[in-house]
Amino acid sequence: MDLATGILYLLVFPGFAFLFTYALAAEYLDRKLYARVQNRVGPPPLQPLADFLKLLAKESAVPENATARIYKAAPLTGLAGVLTAMLYIPVWSETAAMSFEGDLVVVLFLLSLPSFSLFFGGWYSGNVFSQVGTTRTITQLFGYEIPFFLAAFAPAVAAGTLELSSIVAFVGSNPLHMLVFAPAFVIGLLSLQAKLERIPFDAPEAESELATGALAEYSGRKLALFRLTKDVELVVGAALLSALFLGGPYPVGSIEGVAGAALGIAVFLAKTIAIVAVLSILRGVLARLRIEQVLNVFYRWLVPIGLLQIGIVLAVGLYAEGLL
Amino acid sequence: MSEDVSGTKIPVGPQHPSLKEPANFTLTVDGEVITGADLKLSYNHRGIEQAALSKTYLENIYLLERICGICSHAHTSSFVTGVEDLLDLDVPRRANYIRTLIGELERIHSHMLWLGVAGHEIGFDTLWQYAWRDREIVLDLLEEITGNRIHYSINTIGGVRQDLTDEQRETVLAKMDELEERIDFYLETVPNEETVRMRCEDVGTVSTELAREYCAAGPVGRASGLPVDVRRDAPYAAYDEMDFDVITDTAGDLLARTTVRIREVAESISIIRQAAKGIPDGDLKATPQPMQALLAQIPEGDVVSRYEAPRGELIHYLRSDGTDTPERIHIRVPTLANWPTVVEALRGSYIADTPIVVAGIDPCISCTSRIGVETDGTHAGENSFNLDELREYGIEWYDDRADGGSATGEPGTDRGDRP
Repeated sequence: MDLATGILYLLVFPGFAFLFTYALAAEYLDRKLYARVQNRVGPPPLQPLADFLKLLAKESAVPENATARIYKAAPLTGLAGVLTAMLYIPVWSETAAMSFEGDLVVVLFLLSLPSFSLFFGGWYSGNVFSQVGTTRTITQLFGYEIPFFLAAFAPAVAAGTLELSSIVAFVGSNPLHMLVFAPAFVIGLLSLQAKLERIPFDAPEAESELATGALAEYSGRKLALFRLTKDVELVVGAALLSALFLGGPYPVGSIEGVAGAALGIAVFLAKTIAIVAVLSILRGVLARLRIEQVLNVFYRWLVPIGLLQIGIVLAVGLYAEGLL
Repeated sequence: MSEDVSGTKIPVGPQHPSLKEPANFTLTVDGEVITGADLKLSYNHRGIEQAALSKTYLENIYLLERICGICSHAHTSSFVTGVEDLLDLDVPRRANYIRTLIGELERIHSHMLWLGVAGHEIGFDTLWQYAWRDREIVLDLLEEITGNRIHYSINTIGGVRQDLTDEQRETVLAKMDELEERIDFYLETVPNEETVRMRCEDVGTVSTELAREYCAAGPVGRASGLPVDVRRDAPYAAYDEMDFDVITDTAGDLLARTTVRIREVAESISIIRQAAKGIPDGDLKATPQPMQALLAQIPEGDVVSRYEAPRGELIHYLRSDGTDTPERIHIRVPTLANWPTVVEALRGSYIADTPIVVAGIDPCISCTSRIGVETDGTHAGENSFNLDELREYGIEWYDDRADGGSATGEPGTDRGDRP
C-alpha cells in the first residue's frame, strides 16, 4: 500500500471524514427514531452537527481539583481508538483497508479504549458524581466485555482465523452460518448497548441520579469529542457486528470493480443502520437497570449463552467436516 | 434524621437534575448502598403564610392558589371551605358538583404528571413522554371549562365562578372514554414491564406499621395499606353523593405506589362521569350578596379544613379576628407528612434508587418550606429565634459571607453554611 492510499484510508474513507459524517447521521437516526417511539417530533437532520459545532465554540473549563493532563488527554485517546478500529473492519468488499492475522483482537481492544478514556477522564476530574459514575463504567466493563469477546470469537472459531477480513469471507461463502451465530449476534447487540452506556445499561451516566457521571465536569470541545466518540463508537460497533455476524458486504461481496464497491457500501449502510435502529428501539422500550442488575444480566445469562454458542460452533464445524 | 456513619458522602441537591425544586440529601454511601441519609429542606421560603395576613379573604383565594401549580384547586377548595364554615354558608349542590369535577380532573393531571416523572427517574423516558401526552387530555378539558390549564380560579367564597355548560359536559364524557382507554393501557403495561418491575419492586418499601407511625398521607399511605382518604373519611364538596373505592395496596413498595396512582386515575374517571351525568340544576353561589358584604360578616373564630389533594391530606387552619383579613393561616401540605418515610426508605437502598424513592412520594418541596418566628419571647429550642435574634443572625451571616467572599474579590462566591 502506498502512502497516498494510506492517507486516503486514514483521513477520507473509511477513516475520519466518512466516520465523522456517518456518525453524526447515525446520531440523527438514533435520536429521530427514539423520538418517534416516544411520540415526539425529534430533531432536524443537521441537529447533531449543530450540537457539535456549538460545543466546539463553548469554553472548555478544567476544574481546579482535576488532574489536568489526564483530564485533557482522555477525550482524544478514546476517539483515536475507535477511529483506528474502523480501518480493520471490511466496508466495501470482503477485504478491509488494512488487515493482518489477529486484527480482531486489536479491534476489540481499540473498542474498549473509549470506556477507559471515560474512566480516566471522569476519575481525574475530581467530581464525586464522576467518580461514582466511573466506578460503574469499569464495573459494567467487566460485565459486558467477557460476553462480547465470547460472541466475537464464535465466528472466529468457525472460520478458524482471527483476521476480520477472512472471517467476513468465510461467512460470505457459508451464509447459513449466520443462523448459527444468531445467539452471539444478540449478545453482541446487548454488549454494544452496554459499551455505549445506553438505556437499559446507562447506569454509569444515569442523568437523573449521577448527572451524566463521568462527563459531569466536561464542557466545550472536550465534551464535544466525547460525544463524537460515542457516535463513532456506535457506527464502528455496528460495523463490527455486521462484519462478524451478518457477513459484511454479503451478498455483493464478490462483485469486482467500482459497481461492486458501491453496492458493498450500500449493503454496509443498510446493515449498520438496521443495527443502529434495533439499538434505538431497545433504548425506547426499556427502563434503566441498576448496576448490579446489569451484571446479573451479563453474568447469569449472556456468559453461559456465549459459552454454549462456542460449543455449538465447534459441533457444527465437526459436523461439516464429517467427524460428528 | 442523620446517623453518624463513616463512608463517602454524596451531596444530592440543593441543585440536582433529579430534583425539580431545591432540597438537599446528604447520602452516606458504602459502595452503591446508602447507609445514612440526612435531609435539609427550606431552601425556598416564599413567606406565603405571612403574605396572606395582609390580604383580604377574597384576595387570599388567588394567593393560595399559587402555592402549587399542580394542586392549585386543592388549596383554594380547602381555603374557601374553611371560610364558608366560618360564615356558616351552604354551598349549592351544583357548585359542589363542579368543585368535585375540577378536583378530580386535577387529580388525574397530577397523577399523570407523577407517572411521567417516575418514568424519567427510572430511565424510562418513553413512559414519561406517553404519560405527559395523555395528560394533555385533562389539561385541555380544564382549559375548556375554566379558561386556564393550571390555575383554574374557579372557586370563590360560597360557590364557584363559572358554570358547566351542557356542551362541556358532553366533551368531558367523551374525553373520559378516550382517557380510560389510555389508563387501561398503562394499567396493563406498566406493572408488567420487566425492567419497570426490576426497578420498582421491593424498592423503597414502607411497611404498614411505619406508614401509620409516621402518619403517611395520600397515595403513599394507601400503597402501604393505610385506607386513609379524606374524601371518604370526612366528605367535602359532593363526595358524599359519589360512589367510589379507596384504592389500597399492601406491598408498600414503589410498584404499589405506581399502581395505586394509576388505579386512582381510573377511579377519578368514574367520579368525573358521575359528577358530569348527575349534576343537579341550581345556583352557583350560596348567596347573591356582594363579596364585601359577605366579608364584613365573618365572625371571630378558628376553623380547620381538610381536603384530599392528589398527594394526600391537605390541612388549612384559619383564625379570624372578625375583620376581612385573616389573623392566622397555617397550611400543612401532604409532602410534609411523607418526608419521614423517604429518609427511612432511603437507608439500605441503592444510590441508583434515590431519585425514584424521593420522587415516589410525589414531593412538592417549596410547599413544605416553613420558618417559625416566636413572638412571645419563650424559647422552644436552640434553633428557635425571636424576631430580633433572627434579624441579628441574618446580618451576621451575610457579614461572614461577605468576608469570606472578599478574599477572591467577588462577594457571594463562598456559599457557606446555610442558616
